[in-house]
Formats: sequence, C-alpha cells, structure tokens
Amino acid sequence: MRIVMPVEQASSRGSIGASFGRSPFFLLYETETKESSFIENSALANPGGAGIKAAQLVVDQGVNAVLAPRCGENAAKVLQGAGIEIYKTSSRSIEKSIHSFVQGRLPLLEETHAGLSHHGAE
Amino acid sequence: MGLSELKVAVLSGKGGTGKTFITVNLAAVAGPSTYVDCDVEEPNGHLFFKPEYATEEIVTVKMPVVDQRQCTGCRKCVDFCRFGALAYSNSGLMIFADICHSCGGCMLICPEGALSENEKPMGKVRKWVAENVHGLSGILNIGEPSGVPLIHELLSDMNDRPHPVFIDCPPGSACAVMESIKEADYCVLVSEPTLFGVHNLQIVWELVRLFKKPFGVVLNKVLPGEAMAESFCAERGMHILARIPFTQHLGLLNSQGSIAVREDEDTRAVFLDLLKAISKEVHCEATAHS
Repeated sequence: MRIVMPVEQASSRGSIGASFGRSPFFLLYETETKESSFIENSALANPGGAGIKAAQLVVDQGVNAVLAPRCGENAAKVLQGAGIEIYKTSSRSIEKSIHSFVQGRLPLLEETHAGLSHHGAE
Repeated sequence: MGLSELKVAVLSGKGGTGKTFITVNLAAVAGPSTYVDCDVEEPNGHLFFKPEYATEEIVTVKMPVVDQRQCTGCRKCVDFCRFGALAYSNSGLMIFADICHSCGGCMLICPEGALSENEKPMGKVRKWVAENVHGLSGILNIGEPSGVPLIHELLSDMNDRPHPVFIDCPPGSACAVMESIKEADYCVLVSEPTLFGVHNLQIVWELVRLFKKPFGVVLNKVLPGEAMAESFCAERGMHILARIPFTQHLGLLNSQGSIAVREDEDTRAVFLDLLKAISKEVHCEATAHS
C-alpha cells in the first residue's frame, strides 16, 4: 500500500506537517517494501487553492491513503474523488504514525476544515 | 480637471473610520453628484439618503461547467488555473466555484471543448436617486468569496451619471479596494488620529502610492491631544485636507441616519472646504502633469 504524509522537512526524522496543503514536503511510503521518498509541495506558495493543487499532486502519485492531522475541505474532496482515504494522525512523529497505520490503529479523518485562504487577499 | 468631471474614492485601512460618513456628506454637499457604494459586503450609504425608489439589476459571474463525456483527462485546465480551482482524478474533473475567479482561461485552453460557461448570480446593483444625488449600491450575496466583479459592474455604471462621483470603498487594501480606486482621479484616505489609525493609514497610503493616485488625508474623530496621525502625515509630506472633530453631536446625527451637512452649519462648512481642497489638489495635479 502506498501512503503519503505532509511533512515539515525532507527527512524521515522530521515531523508531520500541521496542514495538508501548506506543508513544504510530502513523504511517500510503501508499506510492503518500507521504501520512502519525498516530493516537494509545489502548491505551497499558491495564493489560493493550495489544498486543491496539493491534493492533485498527491492523486498523481497514485497513493491509496493520506495520513494527516487535519485536511481542508477542498483537498478532501479531491482526495476522496480519487478514492484515497484520509487517516487522522495524532502524533507529530512520522515513524509512530506509520506504525499506528500499519497496525490499523489510525481512525479515518471525519472532520475537514474550511479553506485557510480565500482568493489570497484577506 | 473641474469638479464636474471628478471621481473621488474614499478609503481607509479598517472599517468604522468614517468612510461612509465622509463619502455621504461629500456627495450631499457637492450638489448634483453620484454616490457609489462599493462596500458591497455591508452597503449602508443609502440609509442616509433614503431614496424613495430604486431599481435593481442582478449581477452574474461566469462559471465553468464540464461535460465529463468530452473530458479526456489531459489536465491542461488543471495546470493552467493558477488559483487551483480545478482538479482531475479518476472520478473526473472537479470545479471549485468558490476558488474560481471567472477568468475563462480553462475554457479557452481545453482542446476538447469539454468546458462551457454558466451564469451564476453573485449580487445585485441597486440604482437610486435621492434629491440631486444619484446612487449606485452594490449588494453581494452572502457567502460569495469576492465582490470584485460586482464592484466592476458598479463602476461601469457611473460614467453616465452626474459628476463629481464619490466612491465609498470597502475597508482594507485588498482586491476589492484596488478595484474600487482603479478609475478614481483622486483618493481621500480617512484615518483616526490614534496609533491604531496610523497603522491603518499606512496600509492605504502604500496602496495609493502603488497605484500612483494623487491623494490627501482626512482625519476623522479628532480629539485634542491625539497627534499621532498628524506627525505621521507631517513626516511623510502627506497633505491633511480636513480634520473632523469627535463630537457627540456628530455621532448622534450619524446614528440617526441624518446627513450631517444638512443639519449642522459648522459641518457643512468643513465639507465645503474639503470639497474645495480636493478640487484644488486635483487641479494642481493636472497642471503638474500637463
């Protein structure tokens, strides 16, 4: 299974990002092979619609699940539209979160929040 | 440029500074004139003029609609949209209306002709006349993310109405304010004399300089001893056009929905002087640039 997490640094010892669309990197992880790689979040600087662009980026990686502490409603729509499930992390640690996910202990993220920026102006 | 050709925008860095008070009273003292309420999220200028009748026009924006059967998933539109209003996955193309700026680019770029436009109502323009003041008020529908298209519509209506035109801007310095001052010949920056007022004045001062608009400052709610805005303006060579005192009498007139220049001789004199100062400034500006 291919999973993805928003992360603060391009390092497995870094922490999970606080926001999905506006975290600087995504960590891609293969649960079977335990291989990981990082991709830069090119949507980060987008004045508006960062969540949507970031979700598109993740969808294009062909992942099965997203692990994040929270997720904007627009990003969630794109992810769900692609059949990707979003799991709620409670630890900032990447390692712990992957471990919990593999053991089936992460709940599905049920609440999404409204976009953080509207038209990049306010 | 004479007063009868003038378009003046009134703006401030925050709400509650007195933009509507200044704009309404300028229009009332100017004789035949037009008042444009660009504060489309909470238009209230008409409450002072109390027009007897008004006509309304619905304003729409264009929204892309996708025909999923024609969409091949090439994602040219997704990559093109700099606002991130489109996304594509195996369930098809998604369009986020709240993010879309109605630029129409996705429709132009789609090689399959899968995108077309739909008209979506986003607000209305109310046109009214009260004595010798013509009014245009923009009313944005609740939940709409941007008033810019509505303001654009308001301003396209002002040219064939009596001048001078006084434009009551939304607060702040974001897109809606930029749209509101675009056509203005002169900008009046309203500020309170306090430290908070100075901070907000700085925001709009930066904006009008960016737009290279001639401007002057009106200090509102002036109390003796509050000199922060005075020194801020003096240090930067900003011209203070008028100082309006913070009095209970003015507060009362305003809260009753009265137009102060019609009720109070002293205030009328202040606004007549302000109008004169604005014409003089615009005249000087025109001479300097001719």
